[in-house]
Amino acid sequence: MTQLSLHIQEYVLLAAVLFCIGGVGFLVRRNVLIQLMCVELMLNATNLVLVAFNRLYPESMTGQVFAFFVIAVAAAEAAVGLAIVIGFFRLRESVHSDDADTLRH
Amino acid sequence: MTLGSAFFFVCSITCIAGALTTVLARNPMRSALGLLLTIVGIAGFYLGLNAQFLAAIQLIVYAGTVVVLYVFVLMLLGADATERPTTSRSTLARLLGGVGLASVLMLLVYRSVSAYSQSNTGEMPKVPNGFGTVKSVGEHLFSVAVVPFELSTALLIVAVVGAIAVARSGTKRSAQTAARWTSPGTYFGGPVEPRHEPSSAVKEPTL
Repeated sequence: MTQLSLHIQEYVLLAAVLFCIGGVGFLVRRNVLIQLMCVELMLNATNLVLVAFNRLYPESMTGQVFAFFVIAVAAAEAAVGLAIVIGFFRLRESVHSDDADTLRH
Repeated sequence: MTLGSAFFFVCSITCIAGALTTVLARNPMRSALGLLLTIVGIAGFYLGLNAQFLAAIQLIVYAGTVVVLYVFVLMLLGADATERPTTSRSTLARLLGGVGLASVLMLLVYRSVSAYSQSNTGEMPKVPNGFGTVKSVGEHLFSVAVVPFELSTALLIVAVVGAIAVARSGTKRSAQTAARWTSPGTYFGGPVEPRHEPSSAVKEPTL
């Protein structure tokens, strides 16, 4: 297999772009489901940085193992987050995060 | 353009197009498909970065499970899951805040990357044999990282139990279901037959 020789800077910049898109989406969108998807996007961007740095320092597998744990945590987060979304929808008949104001009144 | 940079280009376009679809689409189903596109692009990056095992895990866990879970929830909620057009006056403030935060973060990353580039090439070295395979990741996982690994299993179990508890606790019961819950006789389907039949009942002839 040919070595896809690349530089770490490109990966870091791309991951920053993905992270920023996810972060802006989390702040701007008001649909709870899309906000959760934006969180997944940000987790994926950090995973990309972890794997790229592990490729830069290939003496140990720490980066890839850490990315593995991040994937496990993201799966748990999706399960619990979607359960909360379903509970919220039962309560308020809405997925609009502005409607999550029960504690305010 | 070498093969490597062409691959990088294709995967970056896939990732960024998917991410933009996720954020900009009004229909959440399109957002879920954009997330899927991003995930597939990142799995391609993992393959290019000699992380074969993680690429497989990424496709199995994210594309096969997390996105499917999102699509299930979207179909469960139906048309109510689409965002209603908002006329909130905070929209502009949110947009400005988000874009401002993102530009500050991009500026910081760009400055640190350019400072790094002055002293290093950042070129990735040749990998040792067996880098990123199931064997090498598994050896690290079960020697150095065995305690976090066991803790992550506990985390997943707690997450599953918590998800079931949260999703079931707020169940709005219909009148029929409520009646079923309050009278235990009908809970297991149909009224309970009396154990001893009245003597006046016609008995079946026993063979």
